[in-house]
Amino acid sequence: MAMTKDISCHQAVALVSDYLEGALSWRDRRRLEHHLEGCDACSAYLDQMREIILLCGVVTPDDLSAQAVARLVDVFEKYQRDAST
Amino acid sequence: MRRDHEFLRLKIEKYPWPMEDQVLIERILEGDRDAFADLVQRYNAGLTRLVRYYVKTDATAQDVVQDTWIAVLRGLSKFEGRSSFKTWLFRIGANLARKTGTRERRIIPIDPIDPVSSARFNEGGMWSDPPAPFTEILEDRLANAKALEACRRALADLPLAQQTVVTLRDVEGLSTKEVSQLLELTDANTRVLLHRGRAKIREIVEDELKGGYPWQ
Repeated sequence: MAMTKDISCHQAVALVSDYLEGALSWRDRRRLEHHLEGCDACSAYLDQMREIILLCGVVTPDDLSAQAVARLVDVFEKYQRDAST
Repeated sequence: MRRDHEFLRLKIEKYPWPMEDQVLIERILEGDRDAFADLVQRYNAGLTRLVRYYVKTDATAQDVVQDTWIAVLRGLSKFEGRSSFKTWLFRIGANLARKTGTRERRIIPIDPIDPVSSARFNEGGMWSDPPAPFTEILEDRLANAKALEACRRALADLPLAQQTVVTLRDVEGLSTKEVSQLLELTDANTRVLLHRGRAKIREIVEDELKGGYPWQ
């Protein structure tokens, strides 16, 4: 494959996650960046992926019931008692 | 610039706790149960997700998680902060979970990734149904809440390996390398799983927001 070969949108989106991870070869990175410069739709896709990563960053764990915390705090108190005897 | 600013805002919203881990640790060593409860609140969900990757049932995972916290309490006075507390905790959890090791060694298929349905491209590989930017929509509080809920739901519905990788990388903010080490995956495999998981979440959030554009 020639170095300057243009990639399609379909190929571009396959590179986006690795691009955000900084894990693309410089060749693929150049191909993708070249494509993004001329493609609003793929640029929007890249932005969406960034937003998704931001969203994941604010997902707070909701599978931790008060009960689960209480149980672990009990473990802590038992540990404290055992340690002091 | 705006993005950096936004990132900061989102991070602050996620971590409203004024206290550093190190402060909590000092208080725990003095016997402060509330400090311990705080630390559990912070990390138990991520820890549970990680442990569940290795063991077969939720019940076993709960046992391993409990053992992990006990091991943490035993070692806490010797924790020197060379790595972050989270990294240290997760390493202990992964080791204990591996020892319990009820899950067969995972085989991660490396078939080509198709992060977006082929139906959305024409024969030349150009978008026929292009994505609409949702940056502006996310600035609206209601849409933001909707997207967040869709994101949470999508994450919960991902296959186990993808879910674990996305949780550790994007929710907990570990590096790809740390995730690979904890899950005994190659970096390449981790990135494939991350990519799939993110793509799936993106699709679901996009679907959710599509119906919700106020001008449509």
